[in-house]
Amino acid sequence: MSTRVGPLVLERRALPSPRVMGAVRGGAVFLGLLVGAVVLLAGSYPVIGSYKTMVSNAFGSGDAFAETLVSAAPLILTGLAVAVAARMLLWNIGAEGQLYMGATFATACALTFPGWPRPLLLALMVAAGLFGGAFWALGPGFLRARLGVNEIVTTLMLNFVAIAWVSYLVHGTWRDPEIQFPISKEFTTSATLPSLFGTRLHVGLFLALAAAAFIWLMLRQTRWGYEIRVIGESQSAARYAGMPTQRNIVLVMLLSGALAGLAGMGEVSGIVHHIEPNISPNYGYTGIIVATLGRFSASGVVIAAVLFGGLQVGGFALQTADVPVPPSIVQVLQGAILFIAVGAEVLARFRIGWHKPPSGEREAIGGVEP
Amino acid sequence: MNSWVLTLQVAMAAGVTLVFAALGEVIAERAGVLNLGVEGMMLMGAVTGFMAMNSTGSLAVGVLVALAAGAGMGLLHALLTVSLRASQIVAGLALTIFGTGLSAYIGRNVVGTPAEHSFNSISIPGLHDIPWLGPILFEQNLLVYVCYGLVAAAWIVLFRLRLGLHLRAVGESAGTADAMGVGVVVMRYGAVATGGALAGLAGAYLSLAVSPGWSEGMTAGRGWIAIGLVIFARWSPLGALAGGFLFGFMEALNFEAQAIGITISADLLSMLPYLFTILAVVVAAVAGGRRLGAPAGLGIPYDREQR
Repeated sequence: MSTRVGPLVLERRALPSPRVMGAVRGGAVFLGLLVGAVVLLAGSYPVIGSYKTMVSNAFGSGDAFAETLVSAAPLILTGLAVAVAARMLLWNIGAEGQLYMGATFATACALTFPGWPRPLLLALMVAAGLFGGAFWALGPGFLRARLGVNEIVTTLMLNFVAIAWVSYLVHGTWRDPEIQFPISKEFTTSATLPSLFGTRLHVGLFLALAAAAFIWLMLRQTRWGYEIRVIGESQSAARYAGMPTQRNIVLVMLLSGALAGLAGMGEVSGIVHHIEPNISPNYGYTGIIVATLGRFSASGVVIAAVLFGGLQVGGFALQTADVPVPPSIVQVLQGAILFIAVGAEVLARFRIGWHKPPSGEREAIGGVEP
Repeated sequence: MNSWVLTLQVAMAAGVTLVFAALGEVIAERAGVLNLGVEGMMLMGAVTGFMAMNSTGSLAVGVLVALAAGAGMGLLHALLTVSLRASQIVAGLALTIFGTGLSAYIGRNVVGTPAEHSFNSISIPGLHDIPWLGPILFEQNLLVYVCYGLVAAAWIVLFRLRLGLHLRAVGESAGTADAMGVGVVVMRYGAVATGGALAGLAGAYLSLAVSPGWSEGMTAGRGWIAIGLVIFARWSPLGALAGGFLFGFMEALNFEAQAIGITISADLLSMLPYLFTILAVVVAAVAGGRRLGAPAGLGIPYDREQR
């Protein structure tokens, strides 16, 4: 009942061990940081000093933690977007594009109705953000449901299209003629989300947490959430129970896109206050890591998002450290942590032991020597 | 020279990077392993190939280092997905994120450094005099000719040799292949490493031939397009060649439009390859039904115990 991998023997556990699963994720972060240390050493950067800078800039003070939460807010939303789709075995790699589309639709409202009362305009922008993201996910969802077209390729290609589209808009229609760079006009105050505690932290964090609570409740308490979980476990069981698989594929993709779109709304309305083609430092792609490390659960996504928000903020702070480190180290760390986390999951699914030499095996099987 | 011939010549040159990458992915997927890390492997190939060439002055060394870097990344993917049975999708994404970051980190000091050497156009005597086709196919750099050879070799190996039969068997039904005595693990490691090496070569083609030099993220999503191209190519080396050429044509049209002053926004034109990839995948789905000719075992980790 076991397979050999080199000198090791893997024995499948009846159920993945949740205790080991938790330890694996913590251990993956630690080992990922070790890989990062090797990479920093290879570039002759100070390891301890760099990590100290990262930690103190991400978690060292109230203001630092506020910055971490600023990055965590969109990561919670993109992480949820990926997680909710993954629950149904759909891979939405397009959160980045859906984020940009949400931002675009929200910006359209902000620029069209700049004089509206703030609560009204913000509510409209939230709706527009949700709609924009959902709109961008509709095509891939529909194609997957009706024609079986692989959603990984379609969602991903649309990322590039969305960013090119934003670039097109700010080079033309939306360009602020008074500014040298191609960016849109600055939003009016009524189009900006209120900030908190005099930091860059904004109400978008509450939107993200509310979305997490919504997804948690939806998956656990509603009939629809139940259907999603069943379809994710077994398509054939779901079909046998009469659950509408195709319709649910489209609906879940719409929900997934809407969540990512809301992240885009939060970024333009809460942080940048205009739109341009680089409002997101890969929040959509990082959302995939966040969802994976959070084991595709709402609570796990929130925790992983805060961690990766800190990684993002700490990594950017390295650029201005005493010995500046290139910001690409953040992606190296992200990739390494994800690698180790998925690779180490084998620990939770299998019991691992050393392969015993043949003589021992004979003893174990027969116990009788001639 | 006729301007259309010139455009098609540029199309071929631009498309070859996609052909290399898609060919590698065809080989890996034929063995049943989806590798979404093509973009990361290409970037690693591009940066290591360029740096090795600039420090040794040898294009050959650059290409070899790029092949090795890509193969190394591929082996990492194989370790995770074949031996440790991790999700091929997540592992591939990790590979792309890791490769994007690491390539930018490694190449931080050579951004904008001029290339000492690059692959220049070589006309094949006799063949390049063929009207129309000659200039398009046979006035290219050395790596383009290597590409023709590799496509032919891959086709022969996959569809005419026992090795290819075994590799495809592993991709269709690993359990059956295992029962036949084919080494599933060895085959998959080999296929993924070969695919990685070709992705590395695709990257080096960019940094040593198309636009000699290194800039962060210089592959600009071509690795992802290559993955879409595999579906369009129906997992065939010849399909990868045709698809690469078609996408190269779109890239070439972009230059052409700018050159003759067509006033379509560059942003809108840059969307074309991505939209066309979606279209290609949809057409393949409609024309081919749900299975599309994909290897039946694609994406499924093999576990002898669960056979």
